Amino acid sequence: MTTEAGSETEVKKEPEKAEEQPAVPEQETAAEPAQEAQPDPPAEDKPDEEEKEKEEEDKTSPEKKKEKEQSTGKGISRFLPPWLKKQKSQSQEGLKDSAPKEEVKPPEGTEAPAEEAQPEKEEKHSIGSADTQPAKEEKGEDTLEKDTEQKEPEESQTEVKKEEEQIVKPEGKADKSPLKLTKKMKMVVCQVTMLDGTQFPCEVEKRAKGQYLFFKVCEHLNLLEKDYFSLSYKDPTDQKCWLDPMKEIKRQIRNSPWQFAFNVKFYPPDPSQLTEDITRYLLCLQLREDMASGRLPCSFVTHALLGSYALQAELGDHDPDEHRLDYISDFQFAPSQTKEMEEKVVELHKTHRGLTPAQADAQFLENAKKLSMYGVDLHHAKDSEGVDIMLGVCANGLLIYKDRLRINRFAWPKILKISYKRSNFYIKIRPGETEQFESTVGFKLPNHRAAKKVWKVCVEHHTFFRLMSPEQPPKAKFLTLGSKFRYSGRTQAQTRQASTLIDRPAPYFERTSSKRVSRSLDGAPMVNMSDQGDSLVPGLSVSAADKENGRDPSLELPSDSKDLDKAQDDVLKHQASISELKRSFMESTPEPRPSQWDKRLTASPATSLRLQLQAQGSADDKQKPEPGEQAEVEIEETVVIEEIRKVPKAKAATPEVILVVPAPTVVVVEEEPKKEEEKAGQEEKRASTSSDSHSESEEEAEYRPEAVTVAQIKEEPEEEEVEEAPSKEAPPPEPEAEAQPGAADAGEAVPEVKEEEEETAEDEEVPTDEAQNGHPEAQPALVSVAEEEDEPRVNGDVSHAETERVPQVICCSEPPVVKTEMVTISDTFAAQKTEISTKEVPIVHTETKTITYEAAELDGSGEAEPGVLMTAQTITSESLCTTTTTHITKTLKGGLSETRIEKRIVITGDSDIDHDQALAQAIKEAKEQHPDMSVTRVVVHKETELADEAED
Amino acid sequence: MADLMTGFGNFTHAVVRAIPQSFAKEALRTNCSEVDQVKAQREYEHYVGVLKHKLGLQVLELPADESLPDCVFVEDAAVVCGDTALITRPGAASRRKETEAMKKVLTELNLNIVVMEDEMATLDGGDVLFTGREFFVGLSKRTNQRGAEILADAFKDYAVSTVPRALKIMQQMSDHRYDKLTVPDDLAANCVYMNLPSKGHVLLHCTPEEFPESAKVFEKLKDHMLIPVSNTEKVKADGALTCMGVFINKKAEI
Repeated sequence: MTTEAGSETEVKKEPEKAEEQPAVPEQETAAEPAQEAQPDPPAEDKPDEEEKEKEEEDKTSPEKKKEKEQSTGKGISRFLPPWLKKQKSQSQEGLKDSAPKEEVKPPEGTEAPAEEAQPEKEEKHSIGSADTQPAKEEKGEDTLEKDTEQKEPEESQTEVKKEEEQIVKPEGKADKSPLKLTKKMKMVVCQVTMLDGTQFPCEVEKRAKGQYLFFKVCEHLNLLEKDYFSLSYKDPTDQKCWLDPMKEIKRQIRNSPWQFAFNVKFYPPDPSQLTEDITRYLLCLQLREDMASGRLPCSFVTHALLGSYALQAELGDHDPDEHRLDYISDFQFAPSQTKEMEEKVVELHKTHRGLTPAQADAQFLENAKKLSMYGVDLHHAKDSEGVDIMLGVCANGLLIYKDRLRINRFAWPKILKISYKRSNFYIKIRPGETEQFESTVGFKLPNHRAAKKVWKVCVEHHTFFRLMSPEQPPKAKFLTLGSKFRYSGRTQAQTRQASTLIDRPAPYFERTSSKRVSRSLDGAPMVNMSDQGDSLVPGLSVSAADKENGRDPSLELPSDSKDLDKAQDDVLKHQASISELKRSFMESTPEPRPSQWDKRLTASPATSLRLQLQAQGSADDKQKPEPGEQAEVEIEETVVIEEIRKVPKAKAATPEVILVVPAPTVVVVEEEPKKEEEKAGQEEKRASTSSDSHSESEEEAEYRPEAVTVAQIKEEPEEEEVEEAPSKEAPPPEPEAEAQPGAADAGEAVPEVKEEEEETAEDEEVPTDEAQNGHPEAQPALVSVAEEEDEPRVNGDVSHAETERVPQVICCSEPPVVKTEMVTISDTFAAQKTEISTKEVPIVHTETKTITYEAAELDGSGEAEPGVLMTAQTITSESLCTTTTTHITKTLKGGLSETRIEKRIVITGDSDIDHDQALAQAIKEAKEQHPDMSVTRVVVHKETELADEAED
Repeated sequence: MADLMTGFGNFTHAVVRAIPQSFAKEALRTNCSEVDQVKAQREYEHYVGVLKHKLGLQVLELPADESLPDCVFVEDAAVVCGDTALITRPGAASRRKETEAMKKVLTELNLNIVVMEDEMATLDGGDVLFTGREFFVGLSKRTNQRGAEILADAFKDYAVSTVPRALKIMQQMSDHRYDKLTVPDDLAANCVYMNLPSKGHVLLHCTPEEFPESAKVFEKLKDHMLIPVSNTEKVKADGALTCMGVFINKKAEI
């Protein structure tokens, strides 16, 4: 904890600094040069780094510089309001944008009391504040944000920032400039134990996410088919845990040492289908470790046979002269290795003459894969009667062992739902041919954390082996969107497909033999390998739960109320869905994207879309993480600022669609074509979420394996939620919402939405807090429309005046054509991108349009009054091409409570995607989900790519 | 090369044991039917003849032991898979000595011998089904959990599932897909499968005289070498076709 707190503080400082600086532009400027200088030095300092990396660096650096230069101006301008304005008007094509925005804003300010301002801030912030916003506004935002941030738990802030930093900018390594170092990000050296027993020291930022380290390790290994692998660490109770790629490392390991092991996570049932020999080789190493540690039990003969293949692979043909009996004493084949076994190994080794290393590996795998415990991840548990059993999660399903005997087996198709609650783990079984009802089987895990762990592993295995693509939030239900717990990487099907694209000569790699020698010289005995393997074997320790949160052992507290009881299904579902959403929001990070930069944005509210854009550009860097390069926080911040300059030209308005459902509840659906903007927002949210999520303490969760697309994950809200709530509550209802009198019949009014095309993008959206107004339930007809103003950039957006009663298109503005520099990535998965190729940053011309549709408002009456905000929460979920952020607020007004739901949906993709259809679908789903609510407003922002030139 | 788990059914040796004179009178049974000692002897000889001459197996015949009336059912005394033989601890105390001779002969065959010594464990080889990919153990009066665990320890390469004797459960428990052949008579389902290099798929099954309907089912298996073997007498002592042999695949040399 202490450490964390420290880092947080640091982080915070940065943003504040920036904010404060406006007054003193000069400082900023001065700072910049220094920062800029930094990136380069790192490269030099690290001669050791692989040349490859260097090259990459070089490539990227020119671009970066450019960006920086451009951004510098912006950064400064940002701090100098007047300046900024000027600049914008001059250089920016986005002039238009800014104008409309300003107009809009005034009303808000007027309407909204000071209190309200805050929520807005957040919104804006989240949206990724548009570049176009006038300096003034920005400034205001900053301040506001500051406040907000402060209010919020520190953690969330930290997270945001962290994320930003992470992958995005490996380059800014701190080591270069010692001076800065002290100030900035702390770098940490991770020790990664490789499968061959060697140690790979890897320096990362303290706030780096798991995937950053993972990618570095894969790069070090020259491994492309990396989806089968993962990094693990030992928790304080010595349990082996998988490092979540999407979360910060530090948050996961807590106070444990920064030691990791590179391991196979998903054992391919048929290793012969792996594309590269190097992948098979690594799998062999893992299996050898598994066998030596006893995790993969096998008979004497099998030990001997597999050992002999291992020898053949490493040493080649048996050489009677060179290979005396003791030549294998270095090798460990089995937990208890006898002389007899060694003799047998040698005997068999002689028979493998002529096999190449790759062939020997293949033979090894052909035999190993048949072992009954191959790829089975065991977890200690008790059955309903308290009998000790083991749960084995594997590619085919869930196996139940009592001692060494398999006493039951549940193939994935047989399992309808997987859930956990506290320390219990449940599976709901599909009724058999002769059975009428589903049955639920419960297991008792040693503690909550263990239960969650099993659940998570199940979800991951199911997704990886059974689905074509990671699950996406069920389209039909808004509130049951995915949870973060879902596996976010590629599935086996996807990784196989990706592997077919691998087009490189088989990479050269050294097999263990050589390394073994060096290792022994180093005094690192082979034992290491087996050591690291033990982890699975021991039972889960009881105390794990406490550690989980690190902060509070009392996680389990309040949530009993959320029982999964079937009887209460509906209620539960609702609750669950909300909590899920929330959770997903918090935890979810579907696509590993280059978000560090984006996050950074969050950190500094003032940053604009442009920053984001640039961030994307830098994203490339992420994809190819360069070892040893991570920018310190401060540095990064600086960079951002610089980038701002550049931004001006590129960014266009961000389209948003707001869908508002009336009745007591209002749903706002916003669509933002612009991923970049959205990203910023999202990240913010994510950050906050993560703070919540840090808690892996969710008490329960559900997952439905059967539905390919529908995975339900229920989780009980955790304490964190509580934390969150207060902060959100603080902000008074937003003015905007109030302003809008809109009333509509519940349910009906779904405005037509036209969506324009956007570009490819990743996207994300930001939930807005603003939406809370309280409309008394008494007036069902009344609908409050929440609007999001946050996007500074949106030219037209704003105009969709809050008070409009016109059902039809309120406003349609065509933003200017803007040149935007952005990275176009068609691929959803960063990982994939990384593996296969790195894309360059194309320049894209975009056109942005904003259209707002509002339902007729039946009653405009005094809704304007803000009620008392009861609760507010924001949930984000993403799928391949859409990101949905749901913001739910409850407001108490005149004794009645009003629930307002605002959704922002970002649809991203190339022209392949039918945006109109996607939008229509989203609206439809929203209606279905909340039949008792009506849609009051839809705002569509569309950003279209004008030219493809940029694409390579 | 020596691939694990391949060559299922590819046996080279069979261990059988002669029928003691005490068989008809004293062999354990769950019903009260009369056993025709002579006929039983004739069936046994036919059975051995098939193994030896039709299938070309090396048949190792253990001498009968009058003190062990059930000794003809060698299946219960050992479970052999690959190069490993588990000498069991039969559930019936009167049969425990049967394992001694079995252990001796299997040792001579140079198999890795694992002896079930745990006093808490019981296991009859007849309760064990090996499918080529995994084991199923039926827990019964004669086979307990502990026995199954020891079996699992002995054959670590394979999954060992404990099941009530029901095929459906076996299917559910298995990672593998099995085709199902349904025969109308339960007892007829007991058959001996081999996959001999020179003969292909071989099935020793019930005779049409015993189970006419079931025999017809077997006869549909065109790609198998079908050898009806009568077993009318030993059935009375709860002995099925598989009970009379322990089959071993002993490679010449590795």
